[in-house]
Formats: sequence, C-alpha cells, structure tokens
Amino acid sequence: MKINMSHGSGGKQTEDLINRIFLKHFDNNILNRLEDAAVLDIKGKIAYTTDSFVVTPLFFSGGDIGKLAVCGTVNDICMMGAIPKYLTAGFIIEEGAEIETIDKIAFSMKLSAEEAGIKIVAGDTKVIEGQGGIYINTSGIGEIVKSGVSISNCQKGDAIILSGNLGDHHAAIMSERMEIENNIKSDCAPLVSIVKNLFDSNIEVHCMRDVTRGGLATVLNEISSASNCGVEIYEAVLPISNEVRGLCNILGLDPLYMANEGKMIAVVPGKQAKTALEVVRKSRYGENAQIIGHIVDGSGVTMITTLQGSRILDVLYGEGLPRIC
Amino acid sequence: MKTLETIKKELKEYDGKNIRIMEVCGTHTSSIFKNGIRSLISPRIKLISGPGCPVCVTASSYIDRLVEYSLKDNHCVLTFGDMMKVKGSELTLTESKAMGGNVKILYSPLGAVKVSMKNPDTQFVFAAVGFETTIPIYALLIEEIIKNNIKNLRIMTSLKTIIPAISYICTNEKNIDAFLCPGHVSVIIGSSVYSEMALKYRKPFVIGGFEGGHIIAAIYEIVRQISNNECNMKNMYQSAVTAEGNEKAKALIDKYFEAADDYWRGIGIIEGSGLKLRTEYKDFDAGSTSSEDVDVTPAGCKCADVILGRITPQECPLFGKACSPLNAVGACMVSSEGACGIWYRNCEV
Repeated sequence: MKINMSHGSGGKQTEDLINRIFLKHFDNNILNRLEDAAVLDIKGKIAYTTDSFVVTPLFFSGGDIGKLAVCGTVNDICMMGAIPKYLTAGFIIEEGAEIETIDKIAFSMKLSAEEAGIKIVAGDTKVIEGQGGIYINTSGIGEIVKSGVSISNCQKGDAIILSGNLGDHHAAIMSERMEIENNIKSDCAPLVSIVKNLFDSNIEVHCMRDVTRGGLATVLNEISSASNCGVEIYEAVLPISNEVRGLCNILGLDPLYMANEGKMIAVVPGKQAKTALEVVRKSRYGENAQIIGHIVDGSGVTMITTLQGSRILDVLYGEGLPRIC
Repeated sequence: MKTLETIKKELKEYDGKNIRIMEVCGTHTSSIFKNGIRSLISPRIKLISGPGCPVCVTASSYIDRLVEYSLKDNHCVLTFGDMMKVKGSELTLTESKAMGGNVKILYSPLGAVKVSMKNPDTQFVFAAVGFETTIPIYALLIEEIIKNNIKNLRIMTSLKTIIPAISYICTNEKNIDAFLCPGHVSVIIGSSVYSEMALKYRKPFVIGGFEGGHIIAAIYEIVRQISNNECNMKNMYQSAVTAEGNEKAKALIDKYFEAADDYWRGIGIIEGSGLKLRTEYKDFDAGSTSSEDVDVTPAGCKCADVILGRITPQECPLFGKACSPLNAVGACMVSSEGACGIWYRNCEV
C-alpha cells in the first residue's frame, strides 16, 4: 500500500500510520503516552543536536536512511562527551512511498536506537506531493559525562586516534548509485561503545569528532583552526580497505575526503595514546583503529606520505565527483 | 641497482643545471602532489604540468552544445562527473541542471546503453571526452549501440590524441627539457612512438607509472640522461606498456574514428590532434568538436599558458583570487586532473 495525502491529514489514516508503524517499533513508556511533548527526566548538563537525512538510495549495502538518522545524531551527541538518552524523529514523506518501506525504515531505527541505548520519545509525520521520497530529521539529547571535550581543546603532543577504515560509507553509496557491484558496505554505526569505554578507562580525551561529510582531511582542518595548532598525520598508517582504495583509483576519489558514518577521531594526551588505542580497538566498531598522527606546532594539516614526502591537506572544495579518466 | 632511498637522496641533493620536466598526464600531476614528490627533490628540478587533462582542453562551444541538449524537451545529457563544472560561454552543466536541465552522471560509457534502453522515449547524448585511454571504450559504445539497434543514444565527441600536442609543445615552447610521458595513454599507443620523438626533438622521453616510487624513478632517469647529455625514450612502466601498445584497442579506434584537426581550449587548432567519427557512423554523432569550434577565454585566464608549461598555476593573476575550485574561471581549476585545481587543493597558493 502506498502513502497518499490523507496519511498526512492528522485524521484516521495518520493515526493508523502512527499506531501500525511508529508506536509498534519505537515502543517506550514516554512515547506511548502520545502527549504533545515528551517529558524527560535528565540531570546536569546536556548535549543537544539535530540532523536531517536525505540519502538516496534509501537502502544501501550496510544500512538505510533509518539507521543513518539514528546513528548520525547519536554520534554527534557522543562526540561532546555525552551518553545519548533521547531522540525525536520527524518524517517528511512524499506521496507514493510504500508503507512497507516506511515500516522497514522504522524497524531499522528501532534496532539502531536499541544498540545505542537511546529512546525515540517524540515524532512527527508530514506528507507532501512528490514521487515516493522519504526524508528524516532527528534531534537528540545526551547526558554529559565528561565536560570540556571540544575541537578547540587539542594540545601540542596529543595523539590522534582514528577508529577505523576510511571512506566505506561514501564508497558504498557511490557504488549503489553507479550500479557498481562490489562487497563494500557502509560503516554506518553508533559509536557509543568506543566513547563509553574511553571514559570508563579514564582516558583524558581532549577532543572527539565523527568523520562524516568532508572526510578526515576536513575534520582535521577544523581541529587545526579551532585549536590554533598544526596537525601532522602519516599516510602509511591510515586504515583504508583494499576495495575502497581500488574504487577510489577507478573513480578518482580521495579517501581522505570521503564521508563515513561510523568513524571518529579521538585526540588524547600523547602519554595515553597506546592505552587509548587498545581501548578503542577492543570496542565495537573500533577493531581497525590506528594512531594516525599528532598535534604539532604551527597551523594547517600536513601528511607525511609513504615516500616520506610532505603533502598539505586542505578542506574539501565542492563535491567529490567521479573523474573522467 | 640503487635503492629508492639512494635515489631519493641523490634527487634531493641534485645541484646540477636547472631541469624542467613536463608531466603530460593529469594523473601524474595529482600523484606528484599526493606523494609530496616536490618536497623530495632538489628545487633545481622543476615539474611542469602539461595538457593531459581532457576536460581542460575542451572548447567552450562544446559545453554550450551539451547545455543546449540538456535543456531541450525529452533530452538527457550523459556525462562523467568532471564535465559538470566546466563553463561553456555562459553556463556549466551543473547550472543547467539547476535550471531544470536533464543531466545524468555516469562512471562508464557502457552505462549509457543501459539507461537509454530503459528510457526509450528520451533522446540521450553522451559527452564523449578523452584521450587515447578512453577512446577505445567509446568505440565499444558505438558497437553496442549498433548491436542493440539503439535509436535514442548518440555521442558528442571531443577526442584528442596526445602525440600532436606534445609535438606542438616541442615545436613552439623552448623551455621544456624532458617529458614524463603518460602511463595510461602509453598502454594504448605504445612506447615506440616516443623513440621517434626523442630523436626528433633531442629530449628525454620517459614513460612512468603512477605510484610515488614510479614517478621518483622516472624523474631520476630523466636527471641521469640530462646529466649525461643523453636523449632517449625509456619505458619505466614495462609492466603495462609495450613497444607497440595495445593493437586491439588501436584497431578498434581506427574502425570508428579518423584523425582530424581539432580545437584545444586556450591554444587553438592543432593539426591532426583530434579524432572524429568516420563518415559511415555520422548518424551516431550529436555534434562533435572540430576545427570549427570556438572558445570564450574569460578575461585574465591563463589556462593556456599553464598547460603549455609557460607559467605555473600560481603565476596566473587569477589563481586563488578570482579563480578557485568553488568559483572556477578556467577549466584547469575545475577537473580533478586539471593542473590549477590540483595545485590549489594542495595549498600551493
């Protein structure tokens, strides 16, 4: 069955949609009350963020828009030294979308939310004219467990830990869009385990950032600029899978500028680097983590290449389009 | 045999006469930056980017024709991503798409067959741009169109051959001492053609691969030849390049295309430097480039001087000011293989 304008009318069909899909999957004592707003019990400082998701295709190898919508917001909360608690979800659905598709997406959100330990406590649905597109906005709140984690807090001598392989999400989406057959899967995942374990192990984390749009090079430039420091990384230790490397060679893409949805960097004091690396590697989604570089004097981001040359890394300009030859 | 470390040390400490090496291929330019090659060699060895980016040398009137098709009812332009941001006399394909134009990005020419069979009511025009590396695939595309009796897909070619361009530079530009020859193109055309060039123009022509180590080795060979007053062709990419090249690919090109004078953006007409569809395949031609093409060079743009090795991208007055990847004035700033774009993205401002 397809969505039509009456599903957004606020009447019987809207109620059916909410009951049959969203309440079924998101089921929790706060949402189930169906009040105008969720009433939350939270102590101390909170981290609060929002993000919108418009990905095509809706389903891709390793994930879907629902998983992305939960993990994206969860990870942003985590990066501020917070443990995710509550999430809201707004759906903008174009008429013609299959109800079964929405059901699958909501189920996927439920699974990701459970894994991340976050409750989906409020939501909204709007139906607009169109051709079956689905867009999701999520916003989320987390309890700060470690204050002071910030991109402006990096200090000379700090080590930069990258939690795993670069470029998987971008490569998976490009492959789907271009109908290239391969085994590349999106890395879309909640990073709660890595962050919790770092704090539980008393690592003095100075800064965390998830490596999403713009890629690693862009994130490192943001750090360099906010913390007024230089960043030096080493090409030889960057974790990149052979398949992603191969696809990049064919399409002329650079893994340093490709989006990820389940990768982060943690900037930690140099003397805790090895311990922190072990902690990340033992955490879920952190098994390929590496110490990829350090915070240094100066400004900008420099990469020491495998040949021991130096390459300056700027932010991403424009969109990474596949090249011609 | 010398180790890579020894070679790197000797190149870093080189204190002979200044050497200007042109790398013809954009993939080499990109790899030189990605591997930090300039930081590994003596400042007396200059690496100059050449005309080997197909997007950078395509005339603006060609882009105009694509834009026009994209805005026409029931038409769709199929293209590689790089072409999206190149300006015609007024618009880019990105801009025409934003105005409602129908443009689809493909990664393989053969994808055009699939999309046109799926949408029989749309007329598709494939923007076939490239050097010898991609031309055999366009020949295969024509074969597929014929085999599947596809009536709604034509190609608009802007196809260039590299040897006439290198000859043009050797004849007209006196400041290049040696050439780092393109790896991919050489796989198709073979190495023997460069032996004739080395003899004729009295310069080293060294074919190199794309890994950092390949490039270092090729530069070392050039420096060695110049220091010993030699000027030979040397194939240092033997795993992929043979003396005669890929005969099958060459035959395929020859079956569908013939040499023609062609227009190079910023340079003008270079005799015999293009390939056009043979007369018997004209029905598949949606308006390919020819010597009739024209180019609107934006005021102040020095792209032509850059690809001829007269100036480095930084020496163009627009570089990093009026012209940047976000607001490209010249084509060389647009493509991932264009010299200016590569220099800018690597902070050589």
